[in-house]
Amino acid sequence: MCAADAIVGMSFGAICVSGGLDWWVPVLMSLAVFAGGAQFAAVGVVLGGGGAVAAVVAGLVLNARLLPFGFAIADVLRGPWWQRLAGAHLLTDEGVAFVLQQEDPKARRSVYWLCGIALFTVWNVSVVAGAVAGQAIGDTGALGLDAMFPAVLLALVLPSLKDGTTRNAAVCGAVVAVAAAPFLPAGLPVLLSLLGLLPVARTLLRKETREEPRRETPAKTLEENNEKVS
Amino acid sequence: MPVYAIALLAAGTLGFRLAGPMINLPERLSTLLTVAAAVLLVALTVTAAFTEGHDFAGWARPAGVLVAGGLALRRAPFPVIVIAAAVTTAAIRAVMPGA
Repeated sequence: MCAADAIVGMSFGAICVSGGLDWWVPVLMSLAVFAGGAQFAAVGVVLGGGGAVAAVVAGLVLNARLLPFGFAIADVLRGPWWQRLAGAHLLTDEGVAFVLQQEDPKARRSVYWLCGIALFTVWNVSVVAGAVAGQAIGDTGALGLDAMFPAVLLALVLPSLKDGTTRNAAVCGAVVAVAAAPFLPAGLPVLLSLLGLLPVARTLLRKETREEPRRETPAKTLEENNEKVS
Repeated sequence: MPVYAIALLAAGTLGFRLAGPMINLPERLSTLLTVAAAVLLVALTVTAAFTEGHDFAGWARPAGVLVAGGLALRRAPFPVIVIAAAVTTAAIRAVMPGA
């Protein structure tokens, strides 16, 4: 898994630099944000000509999924404040997946920290390596490097599309984004793809009212979220 | 990518990470967040594959991405997928300049 992340990290560094960003941009991002998907999303918006605000929003929407992940492993994130802070920064999809396989509280903690520190090291070293390699590349168009970024994203997202609901929402969103691309400033079409979530949100809302007809609060939260999304 | 944007993204991300253990989101909302992440990544894939600013990016790039998708479905190793995309696109451009 560390090897796979190293290759993604190197691609990230190389894609950023060959796309015209300074070498320190991917390096600083990887240290401070440390979330591959969000880093790719934010840089993708910027390289596509989008504004910084759209890039930040795209990255944050992706990272909102870390909220439920954090709750799933809340037991390992206890301790003094500096441990909680460092532990929280090391939270990744992969780390959570590993912890969830363990039941013993001690094992959960050590797996979490081991996995987090290893991934943090590998990720940042490989991003630097990618950024250095990216600077040596001349004509990125002739080498087809512009196809690497969407290829990486596709490989990352493909497994989650096995789920029918996710797939439908993603297809709707992609159609909206491409249709909007000629007319809207770059970056916005990608955010507009979240309209593809509306049918999913409606289904979830309906389930809610059927199961718990009297409670209104979670339904309202969903509704609010829905409005923010649209 | 200005530094303030990186700082905002980093701060927001750390906020999510710190808040996570304290907030028990309703399961439906968690589902929605997971689906939202996938929707955004697919939209980014498709716009990055087909468009360059407001214009069509040419056929060479989406062709490379299509090859990558096919390889990913066949569970090819990650480096193979990514390099195949670049090689396909480069080859098409070499044969048909302007594609």
